[in-house]
Amino acid sequence: MRIELERRADVSKLFSILSPFIALGLTLFFGGIMFMMLGKDPFSALYSFFIEPLTEVWSLHELAIKAAPLILIAVGLSVCYRSNNWNIGAEGQFIMGAIAGSILPVVFYEWQSPLVLPLMMLLGMLGGALFAGIPAFLKAHLNTNEILTSLMLVYVAQLFLDWLVRGPWRNPGGMNFPETRTFDATAVLPEMFASGRAHWGFGFAILAAILIWFMMRYTLKGFEITVLGQSQRAGRFAGFSSRKMIWFSMLLSGALAGLAGIAEVSGAIQQLRPVISPGYGFTAIIVAFLGRLNPLGIVVSGLVLALTYLGGEAVQVSLQISDKPIRVFQGLLLFFVLSCDTLIHYKIRMIWYDLNDTTGEGAR
Amino acid sequence: MKKLLFALATTAAVIGFSAGAYAADKAKVCFVYVGSKTDGGWTQAHDIGRLELEKALGDKIETQFLESVPEGPDAERAIERLARSGCGLIYTTSFGFMDATVKVAAKFPDVKFEHATGYKTAPNLATYNSRFYEGRYIQGQIAAKMSKKGVAGYIASFPIPEVVMGINAFVTGARSINPDFKIKVVWANTWFDPGKEADAAKALIDQGVDVLTQHTDTTAPMQVAAERGIKAFGQASDMIKAGPETQLTAIVDTWGAYYIKRTQLFLDGKWETSSSWDGLKDGILTMAPYTNMPDDVKALAEATQKKIESGELKPFTGPLKKQDGSEWLAAGVSSDDGTLLGMNFYVEGVDDKLPK
Amino acid sequence: MGMFEAILLTVITAATPLVLAAIGELVTERSGVLNLGVEGMIIMGAACAFIATQLTGSPYVGILAGIASGAIFSLLFGFLTLTLVANQVATGLALTILGLGVSSMIAEPYLGQSGIKLPQIVFPVLSDIPFLGAVLFKQDLIFYLSIALVAGVNWFLFKSRAGLKLRSVGDSHASAHALGINVIRTRYLAVMFGGACAGLAGAQLSLVYTPQWAENMSAGRGWIALALVVFASWRPWRIVAGGYLFGAVSISQLYAQASGVGIPSQFLSALPYLATIIVLILISHNRRTTLINTPASLGKSFVPDR
Repeated sequence: MRIELERRADVSKLFSILSPFIALGLTLFFGGIMFMMLGKDPFSALYSFFIEPLTEVWSLHELAIKAAPLILIAVGLSVCYRSNNWNIGAEGQFIMGAIAGSILPVVFYEWQSPLVLPLMMLLGMLGGALFAGIPAFLKAHLNTNEILTSLMLVYVAQLFLDWLVRGPWRNPGGMNFPETRTFDATAVLPEMFASGRAHWGFGFAILAAILIWFMMRYTLKGFEITVLGQSQRAGRFAGFSSRKMIWFSMLLSGALAGLAGIAEVSGAIQQLRPVISPGYGFTAIIVAFLGRLNPLGIVVSGLVLALTYLGGEAVQVSLQISDKPIRVFQGLLLFFVLSCDTLIHYKIRMIWYDLNDTTGEGAR
Repeated sequence: MKKLLFALATTAAVIGFSAGAYAADKAKVCFVYVGSKTDGGWTQAHDIGRLELEKALGDKIETQFLESVPEGPDAERAIERLARSGCGLIYTTSFGFMDATVKVAAKFPDVKFEHATGYKTAPNLATYNSRFYEGRYIQGQIAAKMSKKGVAGYIASFPIPEVVMGINAFVTGARSINPDFKIKVVWANTWFDPGKEADAAKALIDQGVDVLTQHTDTTAPMQVAAERGIKAFGQASDMIKAGPETQLTAIVDTWGAYYIKRTQLFLDGKWETSSSWDGLKDGILTMAPYTNMPDDVKALAEATQKKIESGELKPFTGPLKKQDGSEWLAAGVSSDDGTLLGMNFYVEGVDDKLPK
Repeated sequence: MGMFEAILLTVITAATPLVLAAIGELVTERSGVLNLGVEGMIIMGAACAFIATQLTGSPYVGILAGIASGAIFSLLFGFLTLTLVANQVATGLALTILGLGVSSMIAEPYLGQSGIKLPQIVFPVLSDIPFLGAVLFKQDLIFYLSIALVAGVNWFLFKSRAGLKLRSVGDSHASAHALGINVIRTRYLAVMFGGACAGLAGAQLSLVYTPQWAENMSAGRGWIALALVVFASWRPWRIVAGGYLFGAVSISQLYAQASGVGIPSQFLSALPYLATIIVLILISHNRRTTLINTPASLGKSFVPDR
């Protein structure tokens, strides 16, 4: 048996809507079998995973908190990836943004003013952008591969943060534990609604997604990104500079990752700690591709991925199982979503037998 | 839209199902873990404590846990989920959960919280910790007796007061036997990376240490010590399987005793906030059997352990000098707990500069 | 044993898994496929190698299990990205998530067990050469395999016909297809080779480096291996140089600490990453040579037109 793909003449509208649901159906089926093999009721497991987190207000707030950094980072990355710049160091830019934004509430903690918060956000974007500027500079001017440099700089950023919170920025009143002083109320990103603790970080994420979507779709810049991404040569003929594009896309995604960092720290943690991200910068890469590098799609995929974390905890609590099968389940979901997207561009044909085929190329 | 469709897609599957079908008569006691409950170190020790609790009070309580919870906003969500799911008493077992626990505790005044190794309390939030340093003092004495070169290696994780306190206790114990004893420290900057811990062990052994101790969680250093034929101490759990002829003893975290004590108070309605810092005498840490050493060293270790348990010996008692030679504690003076909990200086005999 | 020799031995153990995983990924990428799931394949290899060793008592069976599990696990990636043309970057990351989950699930019963260390193979005579002998000729099978694999891959890619085909698939799948080369089959084989090497790297972790099973024991080595391929600009012997450079810097910082230098350990820990970046900058100034070696179709899916 072989599987053969045939490219559709047009993108299938039907399947671009339907494919996530086919994926979900497959995940439910195989996930259900897995839970059954573990001796758990598959229906209650699936209910806890997908539905329970959406039934309560507090939990929806948590969903927004978890999705905000993922969406914000992924939207920036989508611009990078569309223009063929492989920034995989968003985790580091997230951290450096958080550090830069925290200068005000940690070092100049006595200055309390309504200006603090907007300045923090700006500094956060600046910090993230400057840190992304390192691989951008190295790629644009010294021809150094950005995959390696941006990834290696993640570790540097993590260690730098570690050093800061254990050394110079350690809270003088904190028993020498590795964390900074808690932010003053003027430096805390406010909640969006009175009903829960989701902060404005989520608002930033949605806003960024809409703006970038608009840019990609209706502006010359968006066209430039797409052209340069598809073919550098075509871009050059159109008068676009791929060097400038390296700078633009890296700085933009760095700034958004930095904003995500400072929004997370200011809105949700309210101090710097040795570890401030459970790998948002890496998870956001998956979010970007699950959202098909489309900013609005990324909003959806960011929410879905956030749901898998919340759902995973809900299953752990309601069924009393360890988090290992849940991580496997999460992996399954990703695999099915990715493979079902094939249906959008291709028809799938099963070829059951092919006696004359000796070349492996199929009969023509 | 997508959410709605998600809901529809699964609704068919869940008809007839009703959530929350639990025995409501038992009290729920819950745990939040920072690592996997089978990590072989810190978190596993807490989980063993949870199982002991279930065994002791299983007819009156049921337990629940969330594992591998990252510190930060995820922790706040995890703790809140447990509070909402009907947990009456919640143990949060990592220092990094401190502020998250404080926030959730303020939101749920009727739920009791206990946070391990922190320092912030509230009427419904207690803290608990273990005097690991008592065990390290004993280890220091054994090391001084066993080492021919008078130098031990210490694989440390992160420069937090807890770890610094452990290093100082070890040196103080060793110097009570051999006043010239020294230790070399390597900071691995990780709690859990078998490879890196093994590398650190090799680096220390190659530089001439002949006893090894660790404040990281895997058995890798023990394996290296066994291979190179020197002695070593285990950490967090009894690591004798990794080095049957290598392990001298190990500090074993036995949280069960504390969990049973506090949960009983909770069931009796007598639970009150507290900052407890128990030690060897309370059974919150125990020493693995003293093995692979001559009888006189074993006798010494046992005698020291008895003295600590009876309160006759306090490990940090003067005369003690800081690393720079200035006086820390005058003769006969014991350190107060506050200084220990915030410890950020070395005592004399540590061949390392404390990361600032 | 001299200090320098001792450090070298530690470096070799630390660098071998990086070299192994990277040489496999190099072949995968040379065929035009970017598999970011190295970390997931390493951890699967580590788990399966350890389980097989504990069950049979033979670390050599463990090595085989590690290789096989890595190759089989990579097939999942191959099926999605090659047959179903799913996005390679996202699928690779998903493979890592799945690998970390599956490995900790299947190996849970083996936690805390002490493993069997892969024995050394001592070459008579050669191992008596002062200094070099102990370093190079008193090692375990996996170390010898790692060097042999690099040499073999180098020969294969640049001296053999099949290697030429593989490179042409990576450089331009459309023209390779036009020449009658089976692009998909070539890529499947390259992906499986990458998986097998990553699995072997995993076996080294749980049988040589630290003979035990611990969850997430790969601890990010898959990412370093990915970076090494770029660092090596897709040339096999540079993988060895890069892997040993990285290993040397990260090990010497531990030795420096043990001798009490008093520099914040975070800065020392950051050194291997910074060193890798700096060396890459130095060797990539020549745009032309870099471009020649970069597989032009890297990361792009291929569907034969009909």
